[in-house]
Amino acid sequence: MNPETFSADTVIDAVSAVFMVVGALMSLAAAVGLLRFPDLMTRMHAATKPQVLGLFLLLFALGLQMRSWWVWPVLGVAWIFQLLTVPVSAHMVGRAGYRTKHLHPELLSTDELEAVVQQAAGKRGFGDDDAATDRR
Amino acid sequence: MNRKRISLRQELPLLVWLVIVWGALWQNFSPGNLLFGALIAVVVARLFYLPPVELGGRFNLLRAVPFALLFVAKVVTASFQVLYLALARGPQVISAVVAVPLRSHSDLLVTATGHVTALIPGSLVVEVDRSTSTLYIHGINVRNADDAARLRKDVRDTEAGLIRIMGTQAELSALNQEAGS
Repeated sequence: MNPETFSADTVIDAVSAVFMVVGALMSLAAAVGLLRFPDLMTRMHAATKPQVLGLFLLLFALGLQMRSWWVWPVLGVAWIFQLLTVPVSAHMVGRAGYRTKHLHPELLSTDELEAVVQQAAGKRGFGDDDAATDRR
Repeated sequence: MNRKRISLRQELPLLVWLVIVWGALWQNFSPGNLLFGALIAVVVARLFYLPPVELGGRFNLLRAVPFALLFVAKVVTASFQVLYLALARGPQVISAVVAVPLRSHSDLLVTATGHVTALIPGSLVVEVDRSTSTLYIHGINVRNADDAARLRKDVRDTEAGLIRIMGTQAELSALNQEAGS
C-alpha cells in the first residue's frame, strides 16, 4: 500500500467511521432513554443531550468525507441552530409538562418550584383546582 | 410603538451573523455574495425589527475559547451520562426541581446560562422567573440535598463563566469582588 494515501485517506476514513458509529449510538441512547425513563422531564433529558452530540458527530464525519472546505460553514450553522433551538423546545415542553402535572412527584427528591407555582396560581386566579378552592 | 433605536455598533454582531449564515447557505464566500448578503441582512434587520439584544459591550475571546471547549466536553459527558442512566437506572431514576438564583438580570445572560445549562450534564430548565432572574432547573439523578447543592453550584459557575466572557463591566466587578471575598 502506498504510504502517502495510507496516512491521509485512511485516517480520515477511520475518524469519520468512528464518529458516525458513536453518533448513531447517541441516537440510540436518545431512543433508549425515551423508552426507559419514567416521566416527561427525564425523557426530555434523553431527547436533548445525546441528540446534540449525535448530530455533531454525524455532521463532523460528513464534513470529513465531503473533502471540501465549503461544507464546513453550513454544517457549523446547522449545529449552532440545533444548539439554539433544542434547549428552547425542551424548555417549552418541560414547562408545559410541569404545569399540566405530567410528572411523578414520588420520583423528585425536592421540588422548589411547586410552592412558587401554587402561590402564583392563587394570586392570578387561574391554574389548578386546589389554588382556586384556596382562594374561594 | 416607539422603540429606542440601537446604534450600528450594537447591531453589528447580528448583521455579521446574518451574513455568515447567508454565505454558509450559498456555500459561497466571494466578496460579491457577501456584499449582497450584507444588503439583505440590513434590510431584514430593518423590516423585521425585534427588540434589540442588549449586549454587555465586551467580549473576552481568551475566556470564550476554553469555555467553548469545556462546553463541548460537557456535552459529551452529558450524553454518556444519559446513556448510562437510561440503561442502568431507567424507570427508577430520581430527579429534583431546584431553584437557582442568578447574579445577572440581563436577558441575554439568563438566556445563555439557560441554554448552556440545558446541554450540560443532568440539568434542564423548567421555568424562568425573569423578575428575580431565577432559573428552576430539573436535575436528573439528583437524589439528595448534596446533589442539589452541587447542581446549584454548577449552574452558578456556568453563569460566572458567561459573565467573564460577555457580562457588563459592573457584573464583572461584582463577580470579582465575590470571588475575592
